[in-house]
Amino acid sequence: MTLLFGIPIQALFGQLLLGLINGAFYAMLSLGLALIFGLLNIINFTHGAQYMMGAFVAWLVLSHAGLGYWAALLLAPLLVGALGILIERTMLSRLYKLDHLYGLLLTFGLALVIEGGFRQLYGISGAPYAVPEELQGGWNLGFMYLPIYRGWVVLASLFLCLGTWLLIEKTKLGSYLRAATENPQLVQAFGVNVPVLVTLTYGFGVALAAIAGVMAAPIYSVNPLMGSNIIIVVFAVVVIGGMGSILGAIVTGFMLGLLEGLTKVFYPEAASTVIFVVMAIVLMIKPQGLFGKGS
Amino acid sequence: MNQEAISVRSRAITPQRLLVLALLLLALAAPFGIYPIFLMKGLCFALFAAAFNLLLGYVGLLSFGHAMFFGFAAYVTAHAAKEWGFSPELAILAGVATAAVLGLVTGWLAIRRSGIYFAMVTLAFSQMMFFVAIQAPFTHGEDGIQGVPRGSLLGFIDLNDSLSMYYFVLAVFVASLLFIQRIVTSPFGQVLKAIRDNEPRAISLGYEVEKYKLLAFVLSASLAGLAGSMKSIVFQLASLADVHWHASGEVVLMTLLGGVGTVFGPMVGAFLVAAIQNYLSETGSWVTIIQGVIFILCVLMFRSGMVGMLAPMMKKRGIDV
Repeated sequence: MTLLFGIPIQALFGQLLLGLINGAFYAMLSLGLALIFGLLNIINFTHGAQYMMGAFVAWLVLSHAGLGYWAALLLAPLLVGALGILIERTMLSRLYKLDHLYGLLLTFGLALVIEGGFRQLYGISGAPYAVPEELQGGWNLGFMYLPIYRGWVVLASLFLCLGTWLLIEKTKLGSYLRAATENPQLVQAFGVNVPVLVTLTYGFGVALAAIAGVMAAPIYSVNPLMGSNIIIVVFAVVVIGGMGSILGAIVTGFMLGLLEGLTKVFYPEAASTVIFVVMAIVLMIKPQGLFGKGS
Repeated sequence: MNQEAISVRSRAITPQRLLVLALLLLALAAPFGIYPIFLMKGLCFALFAAAFNLLLGYVGLLSFGHAMFFGFAAYVTAHAAKEWGFSPELAILAGVATAAVLGLVTGWLAIRRSGIYFAMVTLAFSQMMFFVAIQAPFTHGEDGIQGVPRGSLLGFIDLNDSLSMYYFVLAVFVASLLFIQRIVTSPFGQVLKAIRDNEPRAISLGYEVEKYKLLAFVLSASLAGLAGSMKSIVFQLASLADVHWHASGEVVLMTLLGGVGTVFGPMVGAFLVAAIQNYLSETGSWVTIIQGVIFILCVLMFRSGMVGMLAPMMKKRGIDV
C-alpha cells in the first residue's frame, strides 16, 4: 500500500474526492445565496429548504410519476424556482424598503414552515434515491476508485458555476444585473424593468438550490432536514468568501470542501468545525471576507 | 427641585408602578393556579428573551446564535452540579461565567461585522458550539446530561420542592430584569441607544463604539447563560436542543412576537412560545410550522409585536411598557 504523509494514498484521495463533492454543493448553494443577496439584499434562509425540496421533487417524480433523474434535473428547478418566484412576489417584495434583517427573519420563518411541513408528511428517516443507471459504476484510476456519479456531480457543478459566472460577468443581462445592484433607480430610468429582474434573479438562485438538491439525492438520502444541516455551513462559507462576490462563493465553496476532506484524514474530530475555525481566523484578519469588497 | 419634592415624587403611586406591582403579585400567586413547571419554563425563556432583547432592542444587533450561550451554560451548570457536586448557586455561577467568556470571544470576533453579516457570524459560531456539544465527552452527545440534582439553595432551601424552585427562579428573574432596566436607563444604556440609532455619529462624538458593543454583547450572553443554567436546574436536563440553532431562532421569535425594544414584550412573547410548545407538543412538526407562520406574519404584518402595538396607547396613560 502506498503511503503519502503517512496516510494510505487511497484513503487520502477518497477523502479528497468526498471533500470535492461537498465543496461542489457548498459552491452551488453559496452561489445561489450570493446571487440573491446581490440583487435583493436578502440572506435567503429558505435556501436550505429549497435545496431539500429539489431533492424531494426528484424522489416524488420517481416514485409517483416514474420519471427518472434527468427529468427531475429539469423539473425540480422549474417547480421550486416557480415557487420561489411566488414567494418573492407575494412576500419578499414587501420588505425591500425595510432593514435587511427582516428578509432574513421572513425567510427563516418560511424555512420553518417548509421543513415542518415535509417532516409532518414524510418523517425524518429519509428515503433512498438510486444513482441513475447511466452513471452507475466507476473508474479505477490506479490510485483510487472514482464512482462515475460523483465525478459527474463535480463536473456538472463546475459547469453550472462557470456558466453562472459567465452569465453575470460577460453578458448584457449580467451587466444589467450588476448595474441594478449598484443603482436600481438609474437602471430603471434606462428602461430596464428592475422588479422583473429581481424576481427572475430570485427564481434563478432558488433554481440553483433545487438543482443541487437533485444532484444530492443519490449521495445523501432524501430527508426533510438535509437542508437545515448544510445551510449553516454554507453561511460560514459565504462569510469567508465575502458576500458580494460570485467568484468568492465558487472558489471558497470548493476550497473549504477540500479543506474539510483533508481534516477528515488528519484530524477527524475537527472535521465538522474546521470551516467555522477558518471563519474565525478570516474574520480576525479580513472581516470583509477573502473576496469581499469593503465592509 | 428640593430634596422633599424628589422624595414625594419617588413615593407617588404612578400607573407604571401599579402595573409592575400587579404583575409581581400575579407572578407570586401564579403557581397556585398554573402548573409550576410550565411557569418556570416560561420564566427561563422570558429571561433568555430579555437578554437577547438587550442586544437587539437597545444596540440594534441581531444575534442569530444566542442558543450557544443558553445551551452551553446549561451544559456547564448540569455538569458542575452532577459530576462535581456543586451547590445549585455555584453551578449556575459556573454556567454564567462560561457564557460570559464565550460571549467575550465570539462577540469580539462578531462585532467586526454588522447587520446581516453579524447575524450570520453569530449563527456560524453557534453551530460550531453545537458540534462541540455533540463531540465533547462531558455533554454525552445525543443523550445530554440527565438527572441533574437540583440540590438545596445556600444549603438549606430544598429545591426539589417545586414551589421553592419556582420562587427561586422568580427571584432570579426579577433581579435580572431590574439589572437590565438599570443597564438600559444608565448613561451606558444611552450610549448603546445612540449607537443603535446612528453609529457614525456616536463614533464622531468620541465613543469607542466597539467597546460598548462588546460589553453589551457579553452582558447579553451572560444573562442568556443565566437563563440556560436555570433551565438545566429546573428540568434537571441539558440537551442538544438547547444549543441547536432552532433555539436561537425561537428567542428571536419570542422577542419579535412580543415587541422588540420593549420591557415586557419579550416576556409576553416567551410565555406565548412556551405555551405553543407545551400545548401543541403532541402534534409533532405542527409546532415548527405554527412558529414559522407566526414568524412570517410578524415580519409582514405586525413588526412592532403585541406589546409594541400597545405601547403608544399605554404611554398616553403614563405607563412605559
